[in-house]
Amino acid sequence: MVKVDIVRAIQLGTDLQFGEAEKLVNDMLEMIKEKLENGEDVLITGLGKFELRNKKARPGRDPKSKRDYEISARRVVTFHPSKVWRDELNNKN
Amino acid sequence: MNKSELIEELAERTGYNPNLTDKTVRIFFDRIKFALNAGDKVEIRGFGSFTLKKYKGYIGRNPKTGETAEVKPKQLPVFRTGKDLRSRVNK
Repeated sequence: MVKVDIVRAIQLGTDLQFGEAEKLVNDMLEMIKEKLENGEDVLITGLGKFELRNKKARPGRDPKSKRDYEISARRVVTFHPSKVWRDELNNKN
Repeated sequence: MNKSELIEELAERTGYNPNLTDKTVRIFFDRIKFALNAGDKVEIRGFGSFTLKKYKGYIGRNPKTGETAEVKPKQLPVFRTGKDLRSRVNK
């Protein structure tokens, strides 16, 4: 499934035209990205939490050339699925 | 930021009424969930993709009591950050 499929579902579930639904989805995604970019975690109840983590530099290795190099320190986004969703996926409710 | 704040701010920014942004945000994340629950994967360009990862069961041990416990096989959603988001959070 890709974004267009979700936009179509929104078009069907609301009074929005396809283009309007698409723009609204893009605006929402842009907002979430801005929050994360500014260091703010984003919690979507029922789905999970998008969190920022600071990773230290660590040694890495290019498996092709077998050369050692350093993986630089970086900030990454991680996702933690909510308990509700984890239980749903494993038929616990 | 949580979901209701997202819904509210999205309404403010776009000028749509909060009921509509609420519905849109809900459908968006429900669809992702339903797709994964049905075994499908979801790709949102620039944001990221969701896939399912299956884990085998194993015999674990409670480190406190030393008792053995069976951990059942399970499946969990895995999120892989998209290119645009990845580069934007790491500037």
